[in-house]
Amino acid sequence: MTDVRADTFDLGRRENERERVEAENRRLEQERKKIARDGPKLKGEKLASRLDATWRRPPGIIGWLASVDHKEIGRRYMLTALAFLVLGGVLALAMRVQLAQPDSALISAERYNQLFTMHGSTMMFLFAVPVMEGVAVYIIPLMVGTRSTAFPRLNAFSYFMYLFGGLMLWIAFALNIAPDMGWFAYTPLSGPQFSPGKRADVWAQMITFTEVSALAAAVVLVCTILKARAPGMTLSRMPLFAWAMLVQAVMIIFAMPAVALCSSMLISDRTLGTNFYNAAEHGDALLWQHLFWFFGHPEVYIIFIPATGFVSEITATFCRRPIFAHAVVVLALISTGILAFGLWVHHMFATGLPRVGYSFFTAASMSVSIPTGLQIFCWLATIWDGRPRFQVPMLYVVGFIITFVIGGLSGVMVAAVPLDLQLHDTYFVVAHFHYVLIGGAVFPLLAAFTYWYPKITGRMMDETLGKISFWLVFLGFHLTFFPMHWSGMLGMPRRVYTYPAGLGLEVPNLLSTVGAFVLAAALGLFVINGLVSLYRGVIAGPNPWGAPTLEWLTSSPPPVYNFAHIPVVESDTPLWDSADGEYPVVTGLRVDQKETLLTTVVAAAPDTREPIPQASLWPFISAIAVGIVFVASIFSPWAVAVGVIPCFIALTAWFWPKELKRHPEPVIT
Amino acid sequence: MMPRSFARAAVLPLLLGGCAYQRYQSDFGAAGVEDRQFLTLFWIFLGVCAFMYALVIIFLGAGIARSRRAAEANVVETGRHHRSHPLMRSTLIGWAALIGVGLAGLAIASFFTDRSMAAAAANEKLSVTVTGNQWWWDIVYNSGDASKTLRTANELHLPVGVPTRIILNSADVIHSFWVPSLAGKQDLIPGRENDIIIVPKTTGMFRGQCAEFCGVQHAHMSLVVVVESYPDFVKWWSHQLQPAPMPTTPLAMAGYKYVTTGPCSACHSIGGTTAGGLVAPDLTHLASRRSLAAGTLPMNEGNLYGWVEDPQSLKPGVHMPTIGLEPDQLHAVVAYLETLK
Repeated sequence: MTDVRADTFDLGRRENERERVEAENRRLEQERKKIARDGPKLKGEKLASRLDATWRRPPGIIGWLASVDHKEIGRRYMLTALAFLVLGGVLALAMRVQLAQPDSALISAERYNQLFTMHGSTMMFLFAVPVMEGVAVYIIPLMVGTRSTAFPRLNAFSYFMYLFGGLMLWIAFALNIAPDMGWFAYTPLSGPQFSPGKRADVWAQMITFTEVSALAAAVVLVCTILKARAPGMTLSRMPLFAWAMLVQAVMIIFAMPAVALCSSMLISDRTLGTNFYNAAEHGDALLWQHLFWFFGHPEVYIIFIPATGFVSEITATFCRRPIFAHAVVVLALISTGILAFGLWVHHMFATGLPRVGYSFFTAASMSVSIPTGLQIFCWLATIWDGRPRFQVPMLYVVGFIITFVIGGLSGVMVAAVPLDLQLHDTYFVVAHFHYVLIGGAVFPLLAAFTYWYPKITGRMMDETLGKISFWLVFLGFHLTFFPMHWSGMLGMPRRVYTYPAGLGLEVPNLLSTVGAFVLAAALGLFVINGLVSLYRGVIAGPNPWGAPTLEWLTSSPPPVYNFAHIPVVESDTPLWDSADGEYPVVTGLRVDQKETLLTTVVAAAPDTREPIPQASLWPFISAIAVGIVFVASIFSPWAVAVGVIPCFIALTAWFWPKELKRHPEPVIT
Repeated sequence: MMPRSFARAAVLPLLLGGCAYQRYQSDFGAAGVEDRQFLTLFWIFLGVCAFMYALVIIFLGAGIARSRRAAEANVVETGRHHRSHPLMRSTLIGWAALIGVGLAGLAIASFFTDRSMAAAAANEKLSVTVTGNQWWWDIVYNSGDASKTLRTANELHLPVGVPTRIILNSADVIHSFWVPSLAGKQDLIPGRENDIIIVPKTTGMFRGQCAEFCGVQHAHMSLVVVVESYPDFVKWWSHQLQPAPMPTTPLAMAGYKYVTTGPCSACHSIGGTTAGGLVAPDLTHLASRRSLAAGTLPMNEGNLYGWVEDPQSLKPGVHMPTIGLEPDQLHAVVAYLETLK
């Protein structure tokens, strides 16, 4: 037996270790010098071509499906949502044709009920929310000065889920198994007893698709806005559209679980035979309404709040000054987002809940108009103190104020219980929420399309055509929806496929129908303008409107990597700060791998460099696997048990850990 | 001259017509205490809202007019230094205060209207149970005396000036009871019992309609409400309590036999006969009602023929099946139904 001198042995090992570490450090030092980074030595054309080679996705259809570029995904989101807008609009026209005269027999009751269900579901779930997310997914990373959204693969997944949900609903419509119990699907009408067949299941699964998609997009946006802002863009300097999207995305995260819960319980009632909503078995029909409106009311603000962001950005640009009282607008957005969760019962004033509770919800509903009123004031004050140019986006902003305020005020009316008991579920309410949703969200959306069109396509939309379509949209809208206040007061309930002659409803309904066609023609003109300008529009240049925010710093359309150098921000109007067109930038990011800079949440101080994932097919494959489960579970609950396996495989492949090469962190100075 | 007088001739009936139908099914009906209170509150809200709207439009218009003059100055104000009119901050605070005061005023007005509606509705004198069905209304006049309890359908008679409690429940899905000229709506929810108290103030005929989407024929679930003087109402009630008279003509007799022994009696009931089905409207005094199929058609012989022969073509999706009666059966059934005055 020989003694082993453990201490000397150890010492030797430690010395070896030290040498090894030092050698490794020297090696890394060498490697670090080899890594290409943007900076004084690498800029201009050379930098652009290297970044382009790093960031470009593979070509072809596979590359298209695998893309994780937020601009591509945002563009798909917007185009898909516009396609659904057209489809939903065609349904609206069909309904207006049916309602043009009393006792019309053009469309059967059954078909009409499908039309308004599809119209509501399409517009709420497949157009309004996704289009806002689409604009944000495209614009927000540019606006906050980063190269990619957070979680770009999740972003791609969210788009495919949305697309599949929308396709499923519309294929069901083509196959005549579309839902016909209203976009709100009140139980027990949507339950197994009164909606046999698969119509209600199709609706409930479409909800599942869109809620997964919306939640994914919301997470992407929250993380992008909070962590990926350019250095110096503190929360107090953050553009108002980014604030609006932050509030909206947080609202989605809180609102969607309620609808996920209630639609899952509906599916369970329908396919597993549970009795959540079955009063005969001690379930409760009103449970649905509470859960649905706890989601459904915030949903309206989820659509409206991004629109206020558009309005703030456009007003600032076209008035050539920052929005008056930036902090007030931010606080108004946040308080709207919070109050929105305290008003759902105003959809249920006629259901016989305790009256004391109603008073609370009346007060809460009315109080939402305080932050909204403050925002309106801030925009008006900006126009007053600014030097506005009335180009097309600004015209829509003015049209928005004129229209939306009417919708807001009629909202104050229906917040009062005694008024709501008469006006609820009549055309007065139809008028009210179209004033809020079209006046309050679609007008700003059209403004935003016109405003960011040059950034996305590189060309301007035609100004003359734009002005013509603005005036037609404005007049067509009011001609369609103003008479609905009147028909509602004359006692016309919602969701009726026809109405008898002699109630005085003929004239307002005919006006609405004529107006609907004017509005449709105007939107058609807008689309034509968009298509023609793709080829004929004036070349825009990076900043055609003279706007102050970062998305206008880069070329139009932006390169795949967004910015050659990440900008540094020193005020809330960075592009107006420099007299000579030179702007401070960050250097030192790698160009051989996709990489962006993360900053701290509040102060936006540089925090860490973040690798951005490569294009991947797995989000698409996962979306297909999940989509098959959702669709198949309409037909058998066992689909969930079996379908978990392909989902598991796809997600495992997606999240398979990659070994990172060990490179030392550079110090960003 | 000619076109002008022609225009007047066309407009005048339109306006007059406007006044006439404003009473039948309309928030402007003002035929009940609740609707009158609604209208008062509505005009208050409309006034306040119109004032606020005018302020916004004036501010917008003035801002646009003012900015036009300054448009030459092609300068931007950056986020580092920009100026606002010195009074703008205090105007913002004033604006917020104005909205707050306006809303508080409206909320208080709304609250007191609600209270006064509840007060007006106290001490009801009459109780009626209305049960919603896809797509018709089952109506039971409650009475302590079982022999005075009256079951009818789709036509509600109310005595003027008498507070009437209407108890609402549903046999299937959610419906909403709404007679706009009299009062606001209230839902009929399976498994729950709601009520609404109506105090009609003027006599006349009004139309109510289901206001919550309830399936295929939601549009054709309406209700005739007849508000009449108390003596007329009592007369109507005692008449409706009578059992159906025995038919006298051979044709009606044949119809009577078919209706009371055939498929009709499985769903419908007719007082004084063996027809006792409870899942469809009571037919005891069908022919005395003003409408057919929950307000879908006016009551007359032609419509009775059409309805009995093929209800599915007149109200597609209705739960009454098209039986396929032979012509002689059809004549007999209609002849019998017409005796049910």
